[in-house]
Amino acid sequence: MRYLPHSEAERAEMLGIIGAVDIDALFSAVPSRALKSFDLGLPAHSPEFMVEAHMKALAAKNHAGADGPFFVGAGAYRHHVPATVDHLIQRSEFLTAYTPYQPEISQGTLQMLFEFQTQVAKITGMDVANASLYDGSTGTAEAVLMARRLTKRNKIVLSGGLHPHYRDVVKAYLKDDADLECLSASPEGQGDILDHIDEQTAAIVVQTPDFYGHLRNIKTAADAAHAKGALLIVVITEVVSLGLLEAPGALGADIVVAEGQSIGNALNFGGPYLGLMATRKEFIRQMPGRLCGETVDTEGQRGFVLTLSTREQHIRREKATSNICTNSGLCALAFSIHMALLGEAGFKRLARLNHANACKLADALAGVQGVEVLNKSFFNEMTIRTRQPAAELVERLAARGILAGVPVSRLEPDDASIANLIVLAATELTTDGDIATLCAALAEELQ
Amino acid sequence: MSMNNQGRPTGTGTSSYAASSGSALLPNEPLLFEIGDIEHSGVDLPEVEISLDRLGGFERKSALDLAGLTEPEAMRHYVRLSRLNHSIDSGMYPLGSCTMKHNPRLNEKMARLPGFSDIHPLQPVSTVQGALELMEELSHWLMTLTNTAAVALTPKAGAHGELLGMMAIKAAQEAAGQSHRRIVLVPESAHGTNPATAAFLGYLVKPIPARADGTVDVQAVKDALSPDVAAIMLTNPNTCGLFEPQVIEIAEAVHAAGAFFYCDGANFNAIMGVVRPGDLGIDAMHINLHKTFSTPHGGGGPGAGPVVLSEALAPFAPVPFVRKGENGLELVEHAEGSALGRVTAFHGQMGMYVRALTYMLSHGGDGLAQAAQDAVLNANYIKARLAHAFSVPFGDYPTMHEALFDDSFLQGTGVTTLDFAKALIDEGFHPMTMYFPLVVHGAMLIEPTESESKQTLDRFCDVMEELAADAKAGNKERFTSAPVKAPRRRLDETRAARSPVLRWERPVEALKAAE
Amino acid sequence: MTTKFTPDHEYIRVEGFTGVVGITPYAQEALGDIVFVELPEIGKVLKKGDEAAVVESVKAASEIYAPVSGTVTEVNSALSGEPGLINSDPEAGGWIYKIEIADAGEIEGLLDSDAYAELTL
Repeated sequence: MRYLPHSEAERAEMLGIIGAVDIDALFSAVPSRALKSFDLGLPAHSPEFMVEAHMKALAAKNHAGADGPFFVGAGAYRHHVPATVDHLIQRSEFLTAYTPYQPEISQGTLQMLFEFQTQVAKITGMDVANASLYDGSTGTAEAVLMARRLTKRNKIVLSGGLHPHYRDVVKAYLKDDADLECLSASPEGQGDILDHIDEQTAAIVVQTPDFYGHLRNIKTAADAAHAKGALLIVVITEVVSLGLLEAPGALGADIVVAEGQSIGNALNFGGPYLGLMATRKEFIRQMPGRLCGETVDTEGQRGFVLTLSTREQHIRREKATSNICTNSGLCALAFSIHMALLGEAGFKRLARLNHANACKLADALAGVQGVEVLNKSFFNEMTIRTRQPAAELVERLAARGILAGVPVSRLEPDDASIANLIVLAATELTTDGDIATLCAALAEELQ
Repeated sequence: MSMNNQGRPTGTGTSSYAASSGSALLPNEPLLFEIGDIEHSGVDLPEVEISLDRLGGFERKSALDLAGLTEPEAMRHYVRLSRLNHSIDSGMYPLGSCTMKHNPRLNEKMARLPGFSDIHPLQPVSTVQGALELMEELSHWLMTLTNTAAVALTPKAGAHGELLGMMAIKAAQEAAGQSHRRIVLVPESAHGTNPATAAFLGYLVKPIPARADGTVDVQAVKDALSPDVAAIMLTNPNTCGLFEPQVIEIAEAVHAAGAFFYCDGANFNAIMGVVRPGDLGIDAMHINLHKTFSTPHGGGGPGAGPVVLSEALAPFAPVPFVRKGENGLELVEHAEGSALGRVTAFHGQMGMYVRALTYMLSHGGDGLAQAAQDAVLNANYIKARLAHAFSVPFGDYPTMHEALFDDSFLQGTGVTTLDFAKALIDEGFHPMTMYFPLVVHGAMLIEPTESESKQTLDRFCDVMEELAADAKAGNKERFTSAPVKAPRRRLDETRAARSPVLRWERPVEALKAAE
Repeated sequence: MTTKFTPDHEYIRVEGFTGVVGITPYAQEALGDIVFVELPEIGKVLKKGDEAAVVESVKAASEIYAPVSGTVTEVNSALSGEPGLINSDPEAGGWIYKIEIADAGEIEGLLDSDAYAELTL
C-alpha cells in the first residue's frame, strides 16, 4: 500500500521491541466479539490510475459551469480564480499545517490570518474581523447568538430578503425559540422589518444585496435598530459587491457576516466555503471564532499569535462563546491571496464588471416576452417572474445545456406565490453570447 | 502614492527587509500592506463604465485602502510566508488527537476536476448526478466502516458534527415526549468541545471522573444515570489513547436508562476497519474527514464532520440527504416531520467528500485496517522505546494510536512540559499535544499516525531520549530558552491579549505625510 | 477591619458592612499574567458562592465566586484598562469589587489568614 511505509519485517521487528506477540495483542482492550468480527465487503486497495478513472467517471456525469451558459447564484458565485491562488494554497507548508498553536513555527499561517483579518475589516468597513468561520450561513447563526450575548435580549428578527438556507440554519440553531421572528419572503424588495423592532429586540438581520438581488437600505435599518437599543447584523452572500457598494460599517452595522467564497474559492458544489465575520472593537470578546493578534517575541521581533483564546471551547468548555473549533483556514488563505492580487484597483474593477454584465442581463431579460424583472436595484443578481412554473422551466433549459438560475421554489417550496420566480446572477465570466443564448431559449420555452 | 515599508507603530522596528534576523532561507517578511499599495494589481480586468442608476444610491463612498500586489510580488510574499510554517510534508507532526497523517496529492487532483469543483450546489439535480453518486458512495463507506444505519454528511467540521449529533438526540427525545432529560454525562478526560456542545444545547453537563487507569468506570456511569439523563458523550478510543474496555457495558447501561450514546469519533483512526463503533452500541458519532480520511488541515480548516447515526436516530437526520428516486438520485432538501432541519447552507463540504472518498478507494477496506493497525503499532513502539526515560501514567494496557506521558520525569529539573515541547522544535519536530488531556499532569500526547516510517520514529525517539537525559542532567537553559532555531523565539502572548492588535493600521507618520 | 479567605482563593476585606473582594497573591501567581477581567454589574445581588466575576489569563479563565451574599456596590474599573494590577498588587490596587454584606454571620464561616496559609502550603 503506497501510503504505508512499513515492510512486514519492520512490523515484526517493532512488535518484538514492544513485546507483543502479534498486532491483535495491541487491541486487547477491545471486547473480542467486536474485534475484526466482520467482513467489510469493501473493495481492496487500488492503484492510483484506477482510483482516478473511477473519480473521473463520476465527475463526468456532472454538468460543469464551463460547459455552457451559466447564471446560477443565490449564495454561491462562479468567478474566475487566478492560477496563482490555487498554486499557492497547495504549497505543502500551507496545505499540510495544523492550526497555528505553536506560533514560533507557524508564522506563515499566522501572518496570513492577520492580513486576512485586516482585509475583511477594510472591505466591510468594520474595526475588527475574526480568522473566519465555516461559512456564511453558520456565521449568521453565530452572529445572532453573539447579539443575544451582547444585548442580553432575546428577540431576533430575520428579514424576508435573507437567504432561505441562512434562515433555516438560524432556525435550527435556535430550535423552538419563540423569540425568533422570520418575516415572509420579499421577492419584490418590500419589507417591514423596521416595524418589528422593539425594546426586547437583540438584533435584526438584513441581507444586502438580498436573496432576490435587491439592495437594502442599511443606514435606515441601523438607525431604527439603534433607536431601540438593538443591533444590526448585515449579511452579504456576494462579497464582490463590496467593491462597488458602500461598506456596511460606514452605514452603522454592528456585526457583518459574509460568505467569502466568491473571492479565491471555487463553487465546489457548496463547500468548503468561508464565513467572514467583522464587528466593532468593543464587541471583540463576544465574537466567536479564532483571532490572530500581533505581538513580539523575546528578542523584540514582530510576530503573530492566536489570541483571546479564552473565549473558545478548549479552555472555557461549557462556558465557551460557541462550540466552534475549526475556522476555514485554507479558504481564508485563498481569499486573502486573491484579494491581495486584486488590490483596491482590481477589486473595484471586478465589481464594476460584474455589475455591468448584470445590467446587460437585466436589459436582455426585460426584452423577453413573458419575463418580468422584479429588481429596480441590484448588484450582479436579480429575480424574474415568468409565466410558467420556474422549476420545470429551469429543468427544460438545463436539458438544452443552459443553467438558467435558481427557481425560488427549490428553497421556498411552501409558498405558491413565488412558484414562477427565478433568481439569476451574472459575473465577470458571463459573456454577451451567454446572455443571448439564454434569452433566445427562454423566449422559445415561454411561447 | 507610495507607502511601502513605512514601519508600524507597534512593529518595533523589524518590518523592513534589511533588519532580518532570519537566516538566508527564513526571511522576515513584511505585511502585504507594507509591500503593496492601492494601485498595484495582479489581476488584469477590463475597465468598464457603469451607470449608477441601479445601485439605489448605495455606491461606495468610504475609502477601501486595500493594498494590491502584482503576480510576482504575490508569489514571493506567500512563498516566503509559507517557509515560516512547519508542515506534515516537511517533518513529523506528532500532535496527539489531531491525526496529522500524510495528505495524498491524488486527493487534491481529484477535488479539482471541473466536474466536482465547477458545479453549483443549486443547479438542477439532473445535472449533478455524479456528485450525488459520490455522496452515496462515501455514505456507504462510512456506514460500512461503522456498522450504522445512516449518515448525515453536511457538518462542516468535527465540532459542528457533534452539535448536529446532539441536536438529533434532542429532537428524538422531544419526539418521544422525553424533553425532561436535561443532563449529559461527559467524562473529565473529554475534549472541550463536548461540554461546550452540550451546554450550547441547554443541557446540564455532569462530569464523570476517570479511573486511576485512565478509562471510564461503568459503575460511575451507572451511578450517574437517572431518568433525567439524555445522553453520554464518550470519546473512544479516549483522549488518553486508550480503548474503553467497558464500552459495551456502558452502552448497555445508557440504553437501559433510556439515554443515547454519543461517541466522539476524533480517534477513529485507531480502529477503522478493525472495530465497528456500531457493534459497541453507539447511537451517533462524528467522523473528522480531516483527521481519519486525510483531507488536509490547511492551517486550521476547512474540516468536515459527517455524523453516522443509529436506526433510532436516523429519522432525525438533517437535510439535505441523497436518496434513490425514479429518475436517478434525488436530493431531499426540506425537512419532513420532526427532522431537525438544516445545519448549513447547501450540501456540506463536497470538496472534502471527494478527497475522503479518493483516500478510501486508494486504501480499500484492507488498506484502511492496515493503516489503523500501523497507527497503533507506531504509538506502542514509541511508548515502548521511551518508557524507560519518560513517565507513563497508564502503563498497564497497550495504548491505541497515541502514546501519553506525564511530566513526573521532569520533576526537580525546572523544565516544564511546555519547555520540553519547545526544545523539540529546535530538533526539527513539531511539538506533541501538551497539557491535554487535563486528567494527566503536564500531559504530553504523541500521535505518530501510520504515515511515519520506522526510521523517522527511531530518530524521533532518539531525540526524545536525548532531550530527557539532558533535562535530567540539569541543562535547563536549553529548554527554557527554546526554541532558538525557529523563525521566532517565544512570543509574548500576554501582550497580545492585554492590548489586542488584530489588524494592520496605516502608521500615523505615513498618514501625516500623505496629507 | 479583618480579612477572610475562601478555599477558592478569594479574599474579602471587611470594612464595616462592606467587603472588598479580590484574589489572593497565591491565586494570581498560579494563574499567571491576567489579561482580562469581567467585572460584575453594580447592583447585582449575589448569593454566597455565585459567580461574580471572571479573570482570564492567556490560557485559562477562572470564575471569581462571591465569598458571602450581598449586593455589588462598586467595581474596580481600573482593571479594565490594566488587568495586570491583579498580578502586581492583588490585595490593594488589584481589588475586583465591593459588596454590601447581607449576612454578617457568613463572614464567620470563612477562613482566617492562618487557615488559608495552611491550605496553600
